[in-house]
Amino acid sequence: MKLVVDGREAYCYTGGKPFDPALPCVVFVHGAMNDHGKFTLLARWFAHHGWSVLAPDLPGHMRSAGPALTSIEAIADWLLALLDAAGVKRAALAGQSLGSLVALEAAGRAPERATRLVMLGTAYPMAVPAALLELGQSNPLAAIDRVVMYSFSTLAAKPSYPSPGVWLRGSARALMRQVLAHGHDPLLFHTDFAACDRYAHGLQAAEKVRCPAHLVLAEFDQMTPTKVARELATALKATVHTVPAGHFLMQECPDGVFQALRKALA
Amino acid sequence: MLSTDTLAIPRERSMPGPSDPGFDTLALHAGAAPDPATGARALPIHLSTSFVFESSEHAASLFNLERSGHVYSRISNPTNAVFEERMAALEGGVGSIATASGQAALHLAIATLAGAGAHVVSSSALYGGSHNLLAYTLPRFGIETTFVKPGDIDGWRAAIRPQTRLLFGETLGNPGLDVLDIPTVSAIAHDAGVPLLVDSTFTTPYLMRPFDHGADLVFHSATKFLCGHGTVVGGVLVDGGRFDWSEATRFPELNQPYAGFHGMVFAEESSDGAFLLRARREGLRDFGACMSPHTAWLMLQGIETLPLRMARHVENTRKVVAFLMAHPLVAGVGYPELEGHPSQALAARLLPKGCGAVFSFDLKGSRQQGVAFIEALKLFSHLANVGDCRSLVIHPASTTHFRMDDAALAQAGIGPGTIRLSIGLEDPEDLVEDLKRALKAAEKAR
Repeated sequence: MKLVVDGREAYCYTGGKPFDPALPCVVFVHGAMNDHGKFTLLARWFAHHGWSVLAPDLPGHMRSAGPALTSIEAIADWLLALLDAAGVKRAALAGQSLGSLVALEAAGRAPERATRLVMLGTAYPMAVPAALLELGQSNPLAAIDRVVMYSFSTLAAKPSYPSPGVWLRGSARALMRQVLAHGHDPLLFHTDFAACDRYAHGLQAAEKVRCPAHLVLAEFDQMTPTKVARELATALKATVHTVPAGHFLMQECPDGVFQALRKALA
Repeated sequence: MLSTDTLAIPRERSMPGPSDPGFDTLALHAGAAPDPATGARALPIHLSTSFVFESSEHAASLFNLERSGHVYSRISNPTNAVFEERMAALEGGVGSIATASGQAALHLAIATLAGAGAHVVSSSALYGGSHNLLAYTLPRFGIETTFVKPGDIDGWRAAIRPQTRLLFGETLGNPGLDVLDIPTVSAIAHDAGVPLLVDSTFTTPYLMRPFDHGADLVFHSATKFLCGHGTVVGGVLVDGGRFDWSEATRFPELNQPYAGFHGMVFAEESSDGAFLLRARREGLRDFGACMSPHTAWLMLQGIETLPLRMARHVENTRKVVAFLMAHPLVAGVGYPELEGHPSQALAARLLPKGCGAVFSFDLKGSRQQGVAFIEALKLFSHLANVGDCRSLVIHPASTTHFRMDDAALAQAGIGPGTIRLSIGLEDPEDLVEDLKRALKAAEKAR
């Protein structure tokens, strides 16, 4: 589904069903250098089980017009404008990594509009090593390889994602390369990761959140280690779900994340 | 106090560290961990046609691609999935599909992208089975092919039409081992908005990873070096995940709703895996040329030693080539590492670890002398296959091409004394000894 947000075209995957704003809505927000494809299984399941689903490509990522936005706050405003464009008053906000911060900030800015907050593969602060930020500027392909290397905890994740026979490291690498090529912005990697690194309003946003909050954390996460999410979890009074996976938990442990999401959105 | 919920998900028992593993490690570990149910270290063979659903709702969600998992072994199987993941890992791709044979893999690639009215541009230096499919069988289904010599770069460009759906060639072409200039041909393909499909059977990912040079899709007759032991027939089709199908006007199969799967738009489901989704959800489902799990297991047994075997295959081949080059009864040897081979420079660039273990040489003399040579060999097995751990030989003029006269043979690039060898893993001295004896027999048959 294509929408116009802030005068620019925005693509939303709707889970294989036409979007119906009358149904309860869940929004899935992808992470840095990714697209909606990280959430397609979850999006399809919820879309076929009584929900309306919006899984946007963030500005400057794959099918949504650029340029990419440079701060979590700006992306959160964009997300709320996306809900307006879709005719959605209230929605459950779920996001992974960068997307989790966007969901948090949006839920803090418009607490009356968030029915649930689900933060997957998250940490606060989401500090990014300076070396990775520099690599993202000087050699984004190498930076992508670095992120892939640290985002999986096993060579044999089953049943794989979105279907058996997919080599997750290769899939993650190829998607990030496509996002980079599609955006025609050689600095996109740096833009996304710098936005995570700079975000400093997490605890203030958490104070304003009024809806139930859930954190879905990956036990072997090396990008956003679980211990770095503790303070945020406490501030949100969140239920914490832990799955045996690395940072790309939806891909490495799709069944575990599915179970957690079902509980979180019940 | 926080509410915590540790989900009851089976855990894999191996947890390699953060570093990206090397080729040899991937050949052993990619896609496989000790079995969480039994602790079995070696991969179990899941000889089961089908897999039990947790509930009706679970069944529906698997069928509708809301959850990942196995339903029926024609579409996917846990043992096959390990083979598929491992091949994708070794090739540097996003995933792969195991097929009943290399021919099935080629057909699956073409049928996923092309229908009646479509067009393929192919190298003319092809395995006979691939040539038959493209030249004779696919035209019956409305798919035409234009053949170009692999080194004719302008020819590749000129042959592309608005209906062209892919370019296709072999890493090492048959029979002369022309090296496909993948960087150049893939650039031509991409300029035209079509992918390059490469048959990498002779080289395997150990000697070359075509995706690193610009190819988009790779397939293998896994029967050959991947299996490595001459035991089972199978194929595999690997997607590099780099071709952008989302806006390509030539591929409505991937970026427009597909009525055969609830209006699914595959490119929207997965930006990097759209091709594989359609190939599996349509091609395996409807054409059904799947691999047996037992075959997948034997393929994996082979792949575990692929790096060791390929290095030895190449080492032995170089020794045999050197022996033949120096023999007075040998008119010529066609191996791309040799000076004077038309692909020598390209081979040095794209195949620095070696040009494989299959090559042809020409005996000075008659068709009869070729027969005498073959029949005198003891270690080399006379049969129609390549890529076995045992050394193999065939004399095209008296076997695969026996109906052709010498003039027709010459047109196909085959002489009356052309012999094709597939060098195995025996002691190279023994191979040379066997060839020496057979050459003597050929000399006497003059």
